[in-house]
Amino acid sequence: MRSTQNEPIIVVEKATVRFGSNTVLQDVSFQVRKGEILVIVGESGCGKTTLLKVMIGLQKTTSGRVLFGGMDIMAAEERELNDFRQNIGVLFQSSALFSSMTIRENIALPLTEYTNLDAATIDLIVKMKLGMVNLAGYENHNPSELSGGMKKRAGIARAMALDPLVLFFDELSAGLDPITAVELDDLIIKTNEALGTTMVVVSHELQSICKIADRVIMLDKKSKGIIAEGTPEDLREKSTDPRVKSFFLRQAPENSNQDRSYVR
Amino acid sequence: MDVKQDWQKRYKISCKRQDSKLIIYLTGDLGLKNLTSFAAEIRNLFRERKVSAADIDFSGISYIDSAAALAILQIQKNAASENVDCSLINLSDETKGIFSVIYEKALTQLPFKASHTRTGLVTQVGEASISIMRDVLNFITFTGELLFAIAYTVLHPRSLRIRDVLFYMKRAGVDGLPIVGLISVLIGLILAFMSYLQLRTLGANIYVPSLVCFAMVKELGPIMTAILVAGRSGSAFAAEIGTMVVNEEVDALNTMGFNAVRFLTIPKVIAAVIVVPVLTLYADFFGIIGGLIVGVTGLDLTANTYIIQSLKTIQVFDVVTSLIKAAFFAVLIAGVGCQKGFQVRSGAQDVGKYTTSAVVSAIFLIVVADSIFAIMFYYMR
Repeated sequence: MRSTQNEPIIVVEKATVRFGSNTVLQDVSFQVRKGEILVIVGESGCGKTTLLKVMIGLQKTTSGRVLFGGMDIMAAEERELNDFRQNIGVLFQSSALFSSMTIRENIALPLTEYTNLDAATIDLIVKMKLGMVNLAGYENHNPSELSGGMKKRAGIARAMALDPLVLFFDELSAGLDPITAVELDDLIIKTNEALGTTMVVVSHELQSICKIADRVIMLDKKSKGIIAEGTPEDLREKSTDPRVKSFFLRQAPENSNQDRSYVR
Repeated sequence: MDVKQDWQKRYKISCKRQDSKLIIYLTGDLGLKNLTSFAAEIRNLFRERKVSAADIDFSGISYIDSAAALAILQIQKNAASENVDCSLINLSDETKGIFSVIYEKALTQLPFKASHTRTGLVTQVGEASISIMRDVLNFITFTGELLFAIAYTVLHPRSLRIRDVLFYMKRAGVDGLPIVGLISVLIGLILAFMSYLQLRTLGANIYVPSLVCFAMVKELGPIMTAILVAGRSGSAFAAEIGTMVVNEEVDALNTMGFNAVRFLTIPKVIAAVIVVPVLTLYADFFGIIGGLIVGVTGLDLTANTYIIQSLKTIQVFDVVTSLIKAAFFAVLIAGVGCQKGFQVRSGAQDVGKYTTSAVVSAIFLIVVADSIFAIMFYYMR
């Protein structure tokens, strides 16, 4: 189902975020289409995570709209937001598993809160989700007993607990070894293909971006907005923008603003 | 899929009998929110129709999530155990995709670790004893480290981080002035009023100021202040250091060659030792003011008489010993707070546990120390 022609599920319209006098995002507009994997890239401090927080309703915009399935989440009431939150799943940078609960309790939490299923069914669903992320058998472990990659996978299982329409990943492979990172990429692609879940990934791992992305949007610190949008191949091969080129060629730009004269 | 529509109305189940076979047609959306009802309906069909074979037709399905797919697989499995041959037909590619992520092996996989089991009384007592022993050992070790750190700081005064000391003096001392003052005034008021109720029967109103002043300076001032500081700052010290342990900041200090105990504890201990005696004097003063208010308004004493009577009761020795006590309490509060902070290992729950423990232990130790001081000062006099 990896199509980029589907109808949009999230529409961001002229989103601006300001902290005091510091503008982080200026008039950012784009769409996330149903079933696609959209990767948001850009250098550190360009507002990737802020944009993600805007999309999941954790950060209010100074101006602009964010539509999820037609509903403006910036202007929605708490009850509507609650429906919205059940339709999204988020994997945070540090996995954010609740350390006082076992893996089973972590994954079962949204199920017990939002559904009226009996304990045996919930237990079975937890086992299924753990199987999906290749962690079968770890339900009684505590988060502190898992490695970084396993925590991420458990985090994905929790994010998927309610079979959300959209999954968000903040810095998916941050702090992981390359092999674990590749395994996670495969898991993302497999889940996207099997379940058709729309995915929004914040990343700056070039390899991972080229592998998983259907479409990439690139943010820039100076222009505080999107400077390029397209498939990874398009951006890598056809873009003439030096900032995009330097990112995809993994080089610091020629006119780097760092003054290195003191080195000589 | 319409997000707003009620999940219970989103699906329809119909069936048709073909020879000895039952064909169940599923249409609409099947998901977590209507799982219980549609699964029950399908099970009922099996029970009522009593067939030997059945097909579940998915051609009308517009949306299905993994939980619903799992429920249908369970129904199929249950049917098989009752010798009903149940097969799933007309699955779209999307539906097949959903079924493909359900691994039979994962569902039957036993947990690698047994879930938490109840332990017997003997084990619990044993574990508790070991943990108490460990706590005591930990406390002794920490006391040693703290004394060593204090000695080092005395010998190398430049190693003391004055900015930190001033910061914690403000936190523990200046910021605590309003609450310490308020509580002391109230304690003074209550003390004066209660003693007046008893003493008036003897016509001994004149001793109310003595009683208030004696109690405030010798016991209530130091103890109340210490308890307040333990609640306000001892807990803060434990939480701060505990969070630093969780964030690996303490490890960073150690690997950078700093002695974490000295770096983090000494400024707090010194700040507390300076600030708590001052707060105690302040509490004594406000306690006496509280008594004075009752004395002047309710006991027909003049302010002058009240103050003279108060001053007659206490001697410099009492004030000095109360300040020594306060300084010692300060070491206990800051020391225990920091020690508990260092005991945190992982997670938010640990921080909560040791913060509580810091306050409880500090208050306990304050009371124990106070009784020892009471006896000691009695014989010194």
